[in-house]
Amino acid sequence: MEITVNINGTDHTADVEPRKLLVDHIRTDARLTGTHIGCDTTSCGVCTVLVDGKPVKSCTMLAVQADGRNVTTVEGLKSADGLHPIQQAFSDEHGLQCGFCTPAMMLVGAALIDENPNPSDDEIRWAISGNLCRCTGYMNIVKSIQAAAAVASNGAAGADA
Amino acid sequence: MTDTTTTSPEIGGIGHSVKRAEDARLIEGQGNFVDDIAMPGMLYMALVRSPVAHARINSINTEAAAAVDGVVAVVTGELMDAHGLAWMPTLSGDTQAVLATDKVRYQGQEVAAVVATDPYIATDAAELVDVDYEMLDAITTPQQSLADGAELIRNEKEGQTDNLAYTWETGDAAATEAAFANADRVVSLTTHYPRSHPSPLETCGIVADVNSVTGQATLYMTSQAPHAHRTLFALVAGLPEQNIRIVSPDIGGGFGNKVPIYPGYVVATAASLLIGQPVKWVETRTGNLISTGFGRDYYMTGELALSNDGRIQAMRVDMLSDQGAFYADAQPTRYKAGLFHVCTGSYDFGNAHIKCRGAFTNKAPGGVAYRCSFRITEASFLIERLMQTAADELGIDPAELRMRNFIQPEQFPYETPTGFVYDSGDYPTALRKALDAAGYDELRAEQAASREQGKLMGIGIAHFTEAVGAGPAHTYDIAGLKMIDSAELRVHPTGKAVLKIGVKTQGQGHETTFAQIVAEETGIPASDIKVIHGDTDDTPYGLGTYASRSTPVGGAATAMVARKIADKARHIAAHLLEAAPEDIERDADKFFVAGSPDQSVSIQDAAFAAYTNLPEGMEYGLEDVTYYNPPNLTFPYGSYVVVVDVDPDTGVWKVRRMVALDDCGVRINPMIVEGQIHGGLTEGFAMSSMQWITFDDDGNCIGSNFMDYLIPTAWETPRFELLETVTPSPHHPIGAKGIGESATVGSPAAFVNAVVDAVAHLGVRNIDMPVLPDRVWEAIETANT
Amino acid sequence: MLPARFEYQIVSSVEEAVAAKTQGGDEARFLAGGQSLLPMMKLRFATPTHLVDINRISGLDTIERHNGHVEVGALVRHADVAASDQVSGVVASAAPWIADPLVRNLGTMCGSVAHCDPEGDWNTVLLATGAEVIAQGPAGRRMIAIDDFVVDFFTNSLADDEMVVALRIPAAAGASGGSYQKLERKVGDYATVGVAAHLELGADGRISAAGVAMTSVAPINCKARDAEALLVGNAPSAELFAEAGAAAAAASEPRDDVRGTARWKRQVVAAFTRRALTEAAEQAQS
Repeated sequence: MEITVNINGTDHTADVEPRKLLVDHIRTDARLTGTHIGCDTTSCGVCTVLVDGKPVKSCTMLAVQADGRNVTTVEGLKSADGLHPIQQAFSDEHGLQCGFCTPAMMLVGAALIDENPNPSDDEIRWAISGNLCRCTGYMNIVKSIQAAAAVASNGAAGADA
Repeated sequence: MTDTTTTSPEIGGIGHSVKRAEDARLIEGQGNFVDDIAMPGMLYMALVRSPVAHARINSINTEAAAAVDGVVAVVTGELMDAHGLAWMPTLSGDTQAVLATDKVRYQGQEVAAVVATDPYIATDAAELVDVDYEMLDAITTPQQSLADGAELIRNEKEGQTDNLAYTWETGDAAATEAAFANADRVVSLTTHYPRSHPSPLETCGIVADVNSVTGQATLYMTSQAPHAHRTLFALVAGLPEQNIRIVSPDIGGGFGNKVPIYPGYVVATAASLLIGQPVKWVETRTGNLISTGFGRDYYMTGELALSNDGRIQAMRVDMLSDQGAFYADAQPTRYKAGLFHVCTGSYDFGNAHIKCRGAFTNKAPGGVAYRCSFRITEASFLIERLMQTAADELGIDPAELRMRNFIQPEQFPYETPTGFVYDSGDYPTALRKALDAAGYDELRAEQAASREQGKLMGIGIAHFTEAVGAGPAHTYDIAGLKMIDSAELRVHPTGKAVLKIGVKTQGQGHETTFAQIVAEETGIPASDIKVIHGDTDDTPYGLGTYASRSTPVGGAATAMVARKIADKARHIAAHLLEAAPEDIERDADKFFVAGSPDQSVSIQDAAFAAYTNLPEGMEYGLEDVTYYNPPNLTFPYGSYVVVVDVDPDTGVWKVRRMVALDDCGVRINPMIVEGQIHGGLTEGFAMSSMQWITFDDDGNCIGSNFMDYLIPTAWETPRFELLETVTPSPHHPIGAKGIGESATVGSPAAFVNAVVDAVAHLGVRNIDMPVLPDRVWEAIETANT
Repeated sequence: MLPARFEYQIVSSVEEAVAAKTQGGDEARFLAGGQSLLPMMKLRFATPTHLVDINRISGLDTIERHNGHVEVGALVRHADVAASDQVSGVVASAAPWIADPLVRNLGTMCGSVAHCDPEGDWNTVLLATGAEVIAQGPAGRRMIAIDDFVVDFFTNSLADDEMVVALRIPAAAGASGGSYQKLERKVGDYATVGVAAHLELGADGRISAAGVAMTSVAPINCKARDAEALLVGNAPSAELFAEAGAAAAAASEPRDDVRGTARWKRQVVAAFTRRALTEAAEQAQS
């Protein structure tokens, strides 16, 4: 079945078997390998992407379901202006170690900040509770998302002024 | 935080929280993990695993699988056997099946492999491999295994007549018995440190690219020890070692899981050799959990002999370990239960005796050092749980009991009854500081008051001492390879440098911290140093990263090679300054003649001169290599205090506070050290609260996926409050001790002690890990009746 | 793990969906959120021959209140329920505890109800509220009381050619409240024990209607009828709720397993029933 998925602003057309998982379409057809695979049971969340702005686990969605929809992966976070604040914050606050869960954590964090510009520690922990990390103990992931939120809201305040 | 920096932030030597060099690629999704590798003509392999724990294989029919469109090959044990590869050695001197030929000995054991043009097709075809199993009784505990009449699991093993994998003992049995006979009090604890699994988020995998014409085998694999793996591949497969190149690219976490060589790697390599195309194999999560290296699984009985006033006189330990079907522990050859004999902990007493037996069972082999320097987690857990038990039994405050028994600062170097020589420490200061930060006295007062109201809160303490950085060549080897490590430093004419190391990062930040060591020793800014690791064609030999050995061994090699470079640079500087080398001094980044610091030569100037303008007789270039054989292990330690609240209705407990003081000696990068501690504490919390692998009576693995094998999310994970003291290792070139594992080693006892402390007044002395709510509630119920 | 092959069809109306499923035969399944179905397919516990993707049918993604009911359409995601101001009481209480935040963005309430996983939370909530399932087949729509809908584990009473198009949850006219208590080992886990309570109070302050149901402590999600009977007609009190808790515990049939002992689970049922009822009463009284 031929599908066209808009990934990070670019249409990717491919002829896929209906059973092909969205994560495999992203990784093998679009060759965007920043989206990872970590489990078989929709538990770990390292395959997280944004579909029409909402974080979902791309291992538990068929590629054909994403036909005609907008997908954002980690490779789409950076813009012409440079790194997304969440990317900068993860590096500044040591929010990553092995980096395997990081793309997912950053996407969830970015989506959270879009919805809630000033999330509390608990709100962040709740938002990322569908995503596992084995390295960081989450402490610095939470800190990174908070730091990115601070940058985002300062930026917004600046724009208003 | 203690400021130990001697360099400017621009140079970024030791003590600076330099931002990580590895982050740039990882935050943009440009990491290069094994599964990201794609090659022209690459095929995909899926493994066929045994659905049962113990059975004879009567036949394997591959016809239907082979007939699937897109299947290139179906590999069985018979085919592997024809190439002498049906069995392979383990890291503990046993042999392990690569693909089962005679029997399957655990659920998930590798039986066959399908290689196809697409992973979906390989998965389809693997389902069609038809294996005729004749069921045998499954043995699921080491106690069953060693009972009379138990089915022989290792019937193929010559000379093996029972299910005993090994026996081991150490210490002075007679002196220990005598101390126990004369003791005022004997306190004992029997507990099981349950089977756990490191389960990094990236599973194991390989892209094997064997050129059938040249014989060159390039293996991209998830390896924590690429050099050792190269040698083992050469020995096992009979491939010439110069034709094997192992590349361990970005690794999505290891924690010990990626130390052993697994059948999947071997089969994929053999398949690539036979087919002549690259073959990718990436484990499923279930495959990872049910077949690769687990950790722990020790049944332990520990006893302390004490005086009435709480002075420890001796320790006695009897253990039984569940090894699974093959004895495949990753550990130094000399020791059968790893470094368990560090179990005397932080305390000063005369005698200890430890005996241990290991049994084969119908479970996966492995026994990896899961974020642990070989069984040290079990050892630390046992002594720290025993201290809590002793405190409860003797009616002495657990902090006070520890204070009474600590090795004192002036006693270092301190030789333990089991033969370790602890390098340095100040335990009383560490515990005092942690207690003060936690507000210990106030917490005890609150506890007394809350008990009056029927509330349950507990305060748990653990003060652990680790033995890491294996290790001195006279004592430590794996498969005969001495546990040394190496570093090669090349300074280019423009003063920029490349450091090549034998160890391998899996997230610990070697690309940053190792550059900082060079920056400290040479004055070359850390940002000007590229650190290369993981490629055996491009790095000097080393035993790999596990057992917290990177900084103690590889870091020491790095400091030493940097000193060689700095010394040569000093000689060049002397030449440029027209002075005698012995008159040249160095500050952070430049050389000058003693007394005239205004005329100086930078390290960059010296580097350029190394290729352009040398003193007579000096060899060109500014490069060197060092192989470091550590004189001793290093002994990081820490004091942890945990406060929990227990719901008496449900047994559910919540961590209110977790105060963790770590002393890992000199901290190269405080930010990274703290990150390591956060991660380690989380795994300790996980093991104490939820993370375990268990089996039903038929040997079916309960915990074969992340719905059943529980890893805490941000929601369950406590917040951590970190503290430090810095007691440098006197024998390590930069005084560092290693930190990757401390928190996993030390924290489980603190969590369990806290929960036990909450209910100790009811008479509860032990709750086995994981401390599940029902276990807490049942313990209270049992104590009440 | 990867799913086996299947035929895939996207439909744009309920009628088309029902026809496609009928054509697909015994092994055809609807695909909505897919958060239970796709994992089972990946593990090859489920190998449907046809998937009928209903995600592009318009009009099924709304939560609407009318005629004393709240109707939740077949494409309403768990996250939509959690964010909706149309739901309250036990439904609102349970919504954040379904699976994890990402799964809630795709998984649907109706899909979860139809899945009839005895460890799922929604059917317990619906049992406590006395909800109905609206099913549509070739002959049109019919209402199925949730008690009749949940037949067995992973088994509902839909005909092969029927599809759940919405849930109808009664919206109490008077004072009411509800709470869902869930003991999960970690976020995303199935309930070890779950208890849903729904209370309605009469003008006299006495309980006029009560629903108590349980998750994971019986072969299927089930009501604690004795507890409900105890409650109705009485004024809310700690003693009454403790009695109801004991009755619910007695009605539960938990088993010893890796999550805990049966007698402990019974104890948790008692405690959770008490807590859920207390919370429900507080809501109703406020």
